[in-house]
Amino acid sequence: MRNVQASNQTVIANQREAHIVVNEKQQHQEIVCDTHSVSGVVSQRACVYCGARVVLNPITDAAHIVHGPIGCASYTWDIRGSLSSGSERYRMSFSTDLREQDIIFGGEKKLIGAIDEIVENEHPEVIFIYSTCVVGVIGDDVVAIAKKAEEKYNIRVIPVNSSGFSGSKKDGYKAACRAILSLMGPRDEIMNDGPIPHSLNYLGDFNLAGEAWIIRNYLETIGLKLISVFTGDSSSKSLKDAKQASLNVVQCAGSMTFLARQMKEQYDIPFEHVRFVGIEDTIRSLRKIVYSIGTSEHVERFEALIEEKSKEYIPQVEAVKERLIGKKVAIYVGGGFKAISLIEQFADLGIETVLIGTQTGTKEEYESLKALTKEGTVILDDTNPTELEYFMKQTKADILVGGVKERPLAYKMGVAFIDHNHERKHPLAGFEGALNFALEVDKTVNSPVWNLIKGGK
Amino acid sequence: MSENTLKMKKQRNYVNMEVNPCKMCMPMGASLALKGFKRTMNIIHGSQGCSTYIRRHMAAHFNEPIDIASSSLSEEGTVYGGAKNLKIGISNLVDMYQPEIVGVLTTCLAETIGEDIKSIVKQVRESGDYSEVDLIPISTPGYGGSEAEGYYLAIKDILKYYTHKMVRMHDLEHHVTPRYEGNHINIIVSNATCEDIREIKRLVGLMGVEAFILPDISDALDAPYQSTYNKLSDEGVSRDDIYKAFAARATIELGDLIHESYSPAVYLKEVYDIDAYHMPLPIGIHHTDRFIETIASIYHMEIPKEIQKERGRLLDAMIDSHKHSAEGKIALFGDMDLVYSMTSLCMENGMKVKVAATGSMNSRFYDRMNLLLGRYRETGVILQDTDFETIHKEIVKEDVNLMVGHSDGKFIWEKEGIDFIRVGFPVHDHIGAQRKLYFGYKGSSRLLDDMVNLLLDQKHSGYRQRMYNAFYQPNTKKEDSVS
Repeated sequence: MRNVQASNQTVIANQREAHIVVNEKQQHQEIVCDTHSVSGVVSQRACVYCGARVVLNPITDAAHIVHGPIGCASYTWDIRGSLSSGSERYRMSFSTDLREQDIIFGGEKKLIGAIDEIVENEHPEVIFIYSTCVVGVIGDDVVAIAKKAEEKYNIRVIPVNSSGFSGSKKDGYKAACRAILSLMGPRDEIMNDGPIPHSLNYLGDFNLAGEAWIIRNYLETIGLKLISVFTGDSSSKSLKDAKQASLNVVQCAGSMTFLARQMKEQYDIPFEHVRFVGIEDTIRSLRKIVYSIGTSEHVERFEALIEEKSKEYIPQVEAVKERLIGKKVAIYVGGGFKAISLIEQFADLGIETVLIGTQTGTKEEYESLKALTKEGTVILDDTNPTELEYFMKQTKADILVGGVKERPLAYKMGVAFIDHNHERKHPLAGFEGALNFALEVDKTVNSPVWNLIKGGK
Repeated sequence: MSENTLKMKKQRNYVNMEVNPCKMCMPMGASLALKGFKRTMNIIHGSQGCSTYIRRHMAAHFNEPIDIASSSLSEEGTVYGGAKNLKIGISNLVDMYQPEIVGVLTTCLAETIGEDIKSIVKQVRESGDYSEVDLIPISTPGYGGSEAEGYYLAIKDILKYYTHKMVRMHDLEHHVTPRYEGNHINIIVSNATCEDIREIKRLVGLMGVEAFILPDISDALDAPYQSTYNKLSDEGVSRDDIYKAFAARATIELGDLIHESYSPAVYLKEVYDIDAYHMPLPIGIHHTDRFIETIASIYHMEIPKEIQKERGRLLDAMIDSHKHSAEGKIALFGDMDLVYSMTSLCMENGMKVKVAATGSMNSRFYDRMNLLLGRYRETGVILQDTDFETIHKEIVKEDVNLMVGHSDGKFIWEKEGIDFIRVGFPVHDHIGAQRKLYFGYKGSSRLLDDMVNLLLDQKHSGYRQRMYNAFYQPNTKKEDSVS
C-alpha cells in the first residue's frame, strides 16, 4: 500500500500502511490492528470512556455519574437508542462538571457530594462512577470514595476505570465488564440450587430500538427463560440474577467475550457465540440455543416459530432483494462482530462487499473478514476519512455503512448510506430487523436523488 | 431585591453536579470558529475521544463531513509528555490535508499534564518543515469555560497570530501600523447559521457597504453538492484576507455578553484602535434596528428603501400576530447571546418569557436579562450556569407552552410534550439547521411565524372538544319534562 498519493497530498500516512490490506487469497496477509491510533490522521475512534459508557449505560436503574469536566458528559448524554421497560434513570446525565478550581484542588469533595445528592434524590441501588482523562491525572481516589459510600449507604457504588487516554474504546468495554462483574459479585446463595433449567443470558445486545425485546420474544415463545440481557434493558437485579443461568450467549463479541469468559470461570456458566442479524443467522443461533439448553418440546416450538416467521418475512425480503442485486458496499463500523455480520447480511441481499473496515477489530476477526470477502476487497483497520474516500472511489462502492461521522462523507461523494450506529430508531435484529435492513438499503440505494447527481432526470 | 433577583439565587437543583448538561466545552467552540477559515484544519491535543465527539456533534448539526485531527494521547504521552505525538500529528495532518492554517487546540488532559503547546508549535515552526503553514496554538481547556468562550478565543488568537506575523514580516518593533486603511467594517459573528451569514452579506450589500465577516462558515458548512468532493474547504476567510481586519473602519461584534478578555473587537480596539461596536445578535426588531442603524451611522448614510421595506414587513407581521403572540409562555435555552436576543424578540411581540437559561457562567447574562424583562415590566426565571434538570423543573412549574433552544431540549419535549423549535447548536434531531434564517428583519419574521403557528395549532387542535366540554350542557330539564 505504499506511495498512494492523490496529486501531491498523502492519502496513506507512513504509520498507517500496515493497517491496510487488499485481499489476496493466496497470500498470507497480516494486518496490524489493536494498536493506539496514529496521531493527526483523523481516526474515527472515540475513547476508553466512550467504550465503558456504551456498555454500561443501558443498565436502566443505575445512576451513571461521569466524574470529569462537562464535555465528556455533554457529548454522551442520551445519544444512544437503548430502550427500557422499567426505570428511565439511565437516561439522566449526572456529571461532577469539574472546573478549573477542582482540577487544582482535586475533585474528591465534589464527587462525595454528588453521591450524597444522588442517593438523597434518586435512591438508586447501584451507582457507576466513570473516571475521565483528568481524573486519572489529578489523582482523585475514586476507589476509596466508592468504598466509603457503599458502607455509608449500603448500596453498590462501582468505580469504572475509564480515563480516556488509557487505551482504546475496547479497553473501555473491558472496564465496563469489570464493573458488571463487581456488581454481580462472587458466587453466593442464589446459586445454591444450581443453574435454572432452560435459562440463559444474552450478552452484547444494547436493546437499540427494541432489538433485545425481539430476541426475548423469540426465546419466550420457544419456552426458554431469558434471565438478563447484557446490558440492554437490564437492571441491577436482573444482572445479579444472571448468575443462575444455564448458558450465556454472546452477540457483540468485541465488548462481551471477556465478560463471558469471566462468568464461565467464576460461575461455571458456559457460553456460545450467536448472531441475530439476518434471517439465516437468527435461525442458526436460535437452533444452537435450543439444542443446547432445550428439550424436544422446545425444539418443536422453535421449528413452529421459524416456520411462521419465515413464511411472513422471507417473501417480503425477497421482493426487496430483486431491486438490490449487483450493488457494491463499503462497510466501516466499530467492531469485528458487526463487520462480519454485515458482510453476510449484504450477501443475503445479493450485494457484494468491496471494502470492509473496523475501528477495533482483532487479528482473528480480520482473518474472518478476509475469508468472507473476495479477492481485491480492501480491508482497513482504524481508518480515516481520507482513506475511506480514496478506497470508496477506487472500489466504486454504491453504498457506505457507518456512523454519524461517515454519513455526510458518503452523501458528499454521491453514495448511498446505511446508518449503523447507536442512535438508529429501527431494529435490525431477527426477522423483523432483516426486513428493516433490506428496506433501508432499498430506500437509500434506489433513491431518485442519485439520478439527479449523475446528470440524469 | 426584585423578584428576579430572588429567582436568580439557585441556579441548579443539584449542588455538586450538572444533571443533563446545557453547555459544551471550549474546544468545541474553537472548532466551530475555525471552520469559518479557508483551508483550515485543527488538531486537538488530547485523547482521541475529544475530537471524535466534537466531529460527531458538528457532523450531525451541519450534515457536512467534519474532519478534525487528534494527537491521540496515550498513557505514555500522558506520563512523559505529548510533544512527540503532537509533532507527528501536525506532520501527518499537513501531509494529508495541505492546509494553510492549522489550529492547535488543547483539552482538559493536555492542560492538566501541563503541555506547552506554544513552545511545541514554535519548535515545529523553527524546524522549517512546515513554514508555509500557519500553526496557531489556542489554549482551550475543556473545564476552562463553555463553547462560547472557546469560540471567541479562537477568533481572537487567530487575529493575534496574524498581528505577530505582520510585525515579523515588516520588521515592526512596537507600533503596529495597519497595512492599508480600508473603508470596510469588520463583523464578528457568533451563533450565526450559514443562512444568517448570507443574510448579513445581503443586508450590507444593500447598504453598499463592504463588510469583512469573520468567521465565515456560510459556504464551508453549507456546501453545495459538487461532482468532486473536496475534503478541505476553499471557502471561508482566507489567511491573506485576515489582515483586512486590522485596517477596518470599525468592528461590529455580534453577541455582547462574552467577557472582554475573549472579545476580538476589544483586541482590535486595543491594538489597532479600531472603533468597537458590541451589540446583541440581530434577532428581533430592536436588535436588527441597532445593527442596521449602527452601520448607517458609521457611514453617515440613510437606510436603504429596501431594508426599510423589510422592516415594515416585519412590523406588519408583528401586528398580524400580536394577539396570538400574547398567548406564548416561552422557555428559551442555550447560548447566552442567542437566548438574550430571542428573549428580546419574544418580549417585543408580547410573549411572556417564563424561563430563560444558559449553561455558561456569566453574570452579565443575568443582569442584562433582568433589565430587558424589567423594561416590559415582566418577570421570568433567569438561569445561568444551569442544567437541563433544573430547566425542566422550571418549565413545568411555569406552565410553559413553547420551548425554543438547541436539540438537547428534546428530553423535556419527549417527557412533557411541549412544542419545541430547534434553534442554536447542536441541532442533531432535525435536519437543515445550517440553512435556517433567524437574523435580520426577514429571519426575525420567520422565527416569529414559526412560533406563532405552533401557538395557533395549540389553540386549534382539540378546540371543538374543549369548548364542548367547557360549555355544552345537555338540556336535562327538557328530558325530565318529557318523562
